[in-house]
Amino acid sequence: MSDRRYMRVGTHMPPGHVRTPAYLRGKVGWVERTLGPFPNPEELAYGVTAAKLRLMRVRFTMAEVWGPDAEHPEDTIDAEIYAHWLEPTDAPHAT
Amino acid sequence: MPHDHHDHLSPSGHPFRPDDDHPLTYWQQMEIAIREILIEKGVTTAAEINAQIDAMDARSPANGAAVVARAWTDPTFRDDLMRDAGAASASMGFDIGPMKLIAVKNTADVHNVIVCTLCSCYPRNLLGLPPDWYKSRAYRSRTVKEPRKVLAEFGVDLPDHVTVRVHDSTADMRYIVVPVRPGGTDGWSADQLAALVTRDSMIGTGLPKAPEAIAQTPR
Amino acid sequence: MTHSPNGYDGRRWHDMGGDAAGPIPTEQHDFSLWEKRVDALMVIASSKGHFTVDGLRRVLEDMSPESFETMTYYERWIASVNQNLIESGVYTTAELAARMSDIAARGATYGEASHE
Repeated sequence: MSDRRYMRVGTHMPPGHVRTPAYLRGKVGWVERTLGPFPNPEELAYGVTAAKLRLMRVRFTMAEVWGPDAEHPEDTIDAEIYAHWLEPTDAPHAT
Repeated sequence: MPHDHHDHLSPSGHPFRPDDDHPLTYWQQMEIAIREILIEKGVTTAAEINAQIDAMDARSPANGAAVVARAWTDPTFRDDLMRDAGAASASMGFDIGPMKLIAVKNTADVHNVIVCTLCSCYPRNLLGLPPDWYKSRAYRSRTVKEPRKVLAEFGVDLPDHVTVRVHDSTADMRYIVVPVRPGGTDGWSADQLAALVTRDSMIGTGLPKAPEAIAQTPR
Repeated sequence: MTHSPNGYDGRRWHDMGGDAAGPIPTEQHDFSLWEKRVDALMVIASSKGHFTVDGLRRVLEDMSPESFETMTYYERWIASVNQNLIESGVYTTAELAARMSDIAARGATYGEASHE
């Protein structure tokens, strides 16, 4: 699947309202589809003017997210992640 | 809920609803206070609040079942639904408000299930309010890590060759699962098929009813 | 996930995906009138621009972890709706306090205290 666009989720753990779940921090997945732009919830939550951002649906394998603990390595998790949490990367090594 | 105050009548002469005859909690005081202040300040009206409650009460899994059954019987609609589930649902007359909806389709090889780990996002403007278990710590915590064990607790046992796709509703989109149309339903109308589509089958924690389950019903 | 030397990694209580937990509960309750009113107030106040669903979530998340176990869903919601409305200047804490005292004086039940 060489046409997949892989992305790594940021690892930072800021306080306050964010919509990127902790269990996906630092994980690599591929873009399932691109949505938006939508106003940034990290700004909307505080009542300030919110910049519009691209929202990516990113698909992760259970093997990538949970490693050897994965219930079924080929199963997947899709999550919506705002663009500022993502950086392009190479495909993860096979697990 | 216990009914131990049946002799206690409201000013209108009717028994209070069961939820009204318990000692007032701090939070219920707060709800009454906020509602009255918002009405006095012209933010809303009693009629608007009642209309909103009625609109929410009118939403139920039957709406989603109608959408799914149409997708099973109308390939053009199915394609529209997969492209933009919100617009397709609205085109059937369902008022889903500003909700943005994605349909995910089960096949012989793929089973989809929906969760919201960060809160309890749910396609409420189509299906109505979520079941209590959907908002529970157990469902929110476990579904992204051991979906097959969670599904087994709901009575859904998936063979190894089926891929499970978990969808965590982390941001703006809401999801509805389009389950696989049960076999033995050739020639059924969309209305007949809708009776097979359960709420849980649209969350992914269930499967549609088997046609035998309603075979006694005149078609 | 990264762990800092003192053990706390910044993960917050509501961010529970992947945690171990018990069986999925099967109990279901019918929504009561007061719960439906809380839901309606949230929808109406947010649709009119007084706050956002993101603000609702922020306040819910800022509550203590115990709130998830000790308060019901709509108890947490009305607390969050209230804080958001005060923050956006729709009314003041003093106005709310005075009204809650009035309501407490009306009667012992939700029905008695509600002016219909």
